[in-house]
Amino acid sequence: MTNSAKAGNALELTDLSVAYRVAGRNRAVLRNLSLSIGQGEAYGLVGESGCGKSTVALTVVRYLPRNGSITGGAISLDGQNVMKLDAEALRRARAESVSMVYQDPGKALNPSIRVGRQLTEIFELGGISGQAATDRAIAMLNRVRISDPVSVMQRYPHQLSGGMQQRVAIAMALANDPSMLILDEPTTGLDATVEAEVLDLIAQLRQELSASILFISHNLAVVSNMCDRVGVLYAGMLVEEGPTEVVFNDPRHPYTVALLRCLPRGGQRKDQGRLDTIPGFLPGIGADIKGCAFADRCALADNRCRNELPPLYDLGGRLSRCFHHDKAQALPRATPSDVAPAPKAAAAPVLRVAGLNKTYASHGHALRAVKDVSLDLRPGETLGLVGESGSGKTTFARLLLGLVPPDDGGTIELEGKALAPRLENRSDDQIKAMQIVFQNPDSALNRSHSIRHLIGRALKRLAGLSGKALEARLNDLVRSVRLTDRHLAVKPRQLSGGLKQRVAIARAFAGDPRIVVCDEPTSALDVSVQAAILNLLADLQSKEDVSYIFISHDLAVVRYLSDKIAVLYLGRIMELGPSEDVFSGPHHPYTEALLSAVPKLDQTETARIRLDGEIPSATNPPSGCVFHTRCPRKIGPICEQQEPPLSEAQPGHSIRCHIPYAELARLQRAVATEPA
Amino acid sequence: MSAVQTTSPNPGDMRRHGPLAEVFYSLLRSRTFLVGFAIVLFWVACALFGEHFAPYDPLADDIINALAPPSSEHWFGTDQIGRDVFSRVIVGSRDILTVAPLATLLATVAGTALGLLTGYFRGLVDDVVSRILEAFMAIPVVIVALLAIVALGTSKTTVIVVIGLSFAPIIARTVRSAVLAERELDYVAAAQLRHESALHTMFVEILPNVIPPILVETTVRLGYAIFAVATLSFMGFGIQPPSPDWGLSISNNYGMIGGGFWWTVLFDALAIASLVIGVNLAADGVHGALND
Repeated sequence: MTNSAKAGNALELTDLSVAYRVAGRNRAVLRNLSLSIGQGEAYGLVGESGCGKSTVALTVVRYLPRNGSITGGAISLDGQNVMKLDAEALRRARAESVSMVYQDPGKALNPSIRVGRQLTEIFELGGISGQAATDRAIAMLNRVRISDPVSVMQRYPHQLSGGMQQRVAIAMALANDPSMLILDEPTTGLDATVEAEVLDLIAQLRQELSASILFISHNLAVVSNMCDRVGVLYAGMLVEEGPTEVVFNDPRHPYTVALLRCLPRGGQRKDQGRLDTIPGFLPGIGADIKGCAFADRCALADNRCRNELPPLYDLGGRLSRCFHHDKAQALPRATPSDVAPAPKAAAAPVLRVAGLNKTYASHGHALRAVKDVSLDLRPGETLGLVGESGSGKTTFARLLLGLVPPDDGGTIELEGKALAPRLENRSDDQIKAMQIVFQNPDSALNRSHSIRHLIGRALKRLAGLSGKALEARLNDLVRSVRLTDRHLAVKPRQLSGGLKQRVAIARAFAGDPRIVVCDEPTSALDVSVQAAILNLLADLQSKEDVSYIFISHDLAVVRYLSDKIAVLYLGRIMELGPSEDVFSGPHHPYTEALLSAVPKLDQTETARIRLDGEIPSATNPPSGCVFHTRCPRKIGPICEQQEPPLSEAQPGHSIRCHIPYAELARLQRAVATEPA
Repeated sequence: MSAVQTTSPNPGDMRRHGPLAEVFYSLLRSRTFLVGFAIVLFWVACALFGEHFAPYDPLADDIINALAPPSSEHWFGTDQIGRDVFSRVIVGSRDILTVAPLATLLATVAGTALGLLTGYFRGLVDDVVSRILEAFMAIPVVIVALLAIVALGTSKTTVIVVIGLSFAPIIARTVRSAVLAERELDYVAAAQLRHESALHTMFVEILPNVIPPILVETTVRLGYAIFAVATLSFMGFGIQPPSPDWGLSISNNYGMIGGGFWWTVLFDALAIASLVIGVNLAADGVHGALND
């Protein structure tokens, strides 16, 4: 997998520097970046947002935005110097030898042109037209495993699911048999099950095609599964590079070490210790960097690191830009892992939900977003809600909060008292007892108000404070979410994503809530920031004895924080139980599929279970067990005819499946021991 | 994932200017805005200080010199009773520049309130109020003005009220669509989870975020309001004699064009046109600056 045939590299960047012109100044984004990708090789580029990953992708095909310019270095694509190409040659290179697939397939496809037309257009540019182009398009769709290409050709992009759209985008990218395929976060917006499908597809295509791949992702696990070699980018510089397994198992740069430590791994849980974090921030673009770019955030840094740029040390087939590459793994933790386990009193449930339903009317059809959900939650406990998008997680959270009224019949009890279905009819005490941290802080924090106003208003309304008392509590609260006074005067847009989410957390905690709903609070954040937010939530929980309802599509994150898990599918609870039992199994076939879809860093995966197709429409759910259309363990007609009850298989652990618990255990053990 | 728009995590080295200051600087860079603003500023100066630099009293007649063509003495000539057209054009900006902005202000205030109301409550409130507003929009301004004048008599206040209320539904529609989008954002849900009153949510939470479209709509409406005031004055429903108002002057003199006395009408018409163009250029600039 090494680049032995130097001359035949598919892509070679030599000392590439790129700057963006912002407010009249050229700000360096890529600094003397050199890397090469061999023929047929898959190269992964990882790093946090703002480190220049996407700029690399744009630069290779010279698609930089108007304010961007290449300030030095060379790009060579299949031996061709991209910098020297004239407009026509560049157009041909883009049309014939390089293809890109972006994060959001919805934006890559033209919404008002049928899929078929968009595909045949590519062939027409290559001189193939009419029936021949249609045949080629159908062949391409077959190639990306679209089972019914003729009907897909007739559809508009919005009529396809996200996974299908991304397949079509990949088909378009492959149409001209490119020699270089650039994938820029191709699965980031997709559900784990769909992501697994798309990644499988890319892996299979790699065997069929000769294309080299530049795979850009912030998700280390995805890169580790897809790529031969990986480069770690930090502040526009390559800090580490090498064969994927070697880099992830034996990192030699403190940044890589720290990044890997931020991830909850191997079933780590909040009571076993906090996650490590990376202190400080990525240098802003164009920052003046004298020594090692990571020195400010690195516990190993000494004077030399701060004043002298480390060279890329060649450590035999791998590179590390660190003076201390030999002891990088001795990087001290930035956050102590020790944690005082909170004593769990067997108190009465703080929340009890029984028979909760929500039906929307959708074009004359009843859409059952939440169906017959019952569960309870104890003080200081976290309930993790998992399931694909469209499974009803967020609707359930909104029902609890009263933002959406449930159907008649169900009950929500808070500390033994029934809650009114509508927010307006709940008392102030009930309102402040249940708050939420939204997924997107840009939407959740009013952009016109200062941070002081945002938190202060919550304290005034929820805690009933004013004047000196409010001021004092405000300072406490701000410190407890690790913000400082200087953050108070600014508006949300002047803060980074992680800081904004801290503000949202402070606001939710203003009225000493009993329950905080966390709706994907870290999904928009980088891993190092995510780790800090998860630690904060865990700390606040053990201090305040607050309960969380934690919604996330990231199962490792859910596992870290949750005591209890509810797995939702089409608005129904398919499995409910203590976190460890649900994760370690035996579990519902749906849970099993969700878990196996998660790309793992340590590559210990065994046989994978793949879910075919998409989550069915909630307006017309399948008969019997709603999961039977996709279930890999369907046992027979009973699954299509009878909806299985949610029955308690073990004390506290319920599964909605016709397969008996013991049988599930046997089947799933068989998979685990099967040779991969 | 774009590296271009990284927000600095450190408030110490954040952008030096707030969003309003940014809009201001981008206005200063917009040639369209600057040209429009200069024209408007010129007429505002005329309205405020016109009588100090007008060569003659705009109301003083001089029958002997009636209908004199433009000359070095009377740059724009004189009208039927010998009043200096140049002086009248300069001072004539005063009434229109009082009435039109006040009418626009009334339209903006009423329209914003209605837009917030319909956009925030949606449902029945929206259906009922919006239908009424649409019905109102279907009636031509002139007819409303006629009715209002019959009922209230002619005065500047009537003109302001008529134009203000005629334009309010248009502004309400713009505000409503902006509010509908804002309402879906989670900060509104967060306000509900604090039991904030509807008024607080509308005016303190949502209103500051819909200011940009309101600002654009207001500047555009101002151009139309100037036109509407001139039209009403021309028809005799608007500003009343002896004001040297442009629309009124054109109305009084347009019969003279046939006699070759073009100067009695042309300069007032050019004045109206230049003010409307100035306001529209400025509105274009504001629109550009806010949508950068």
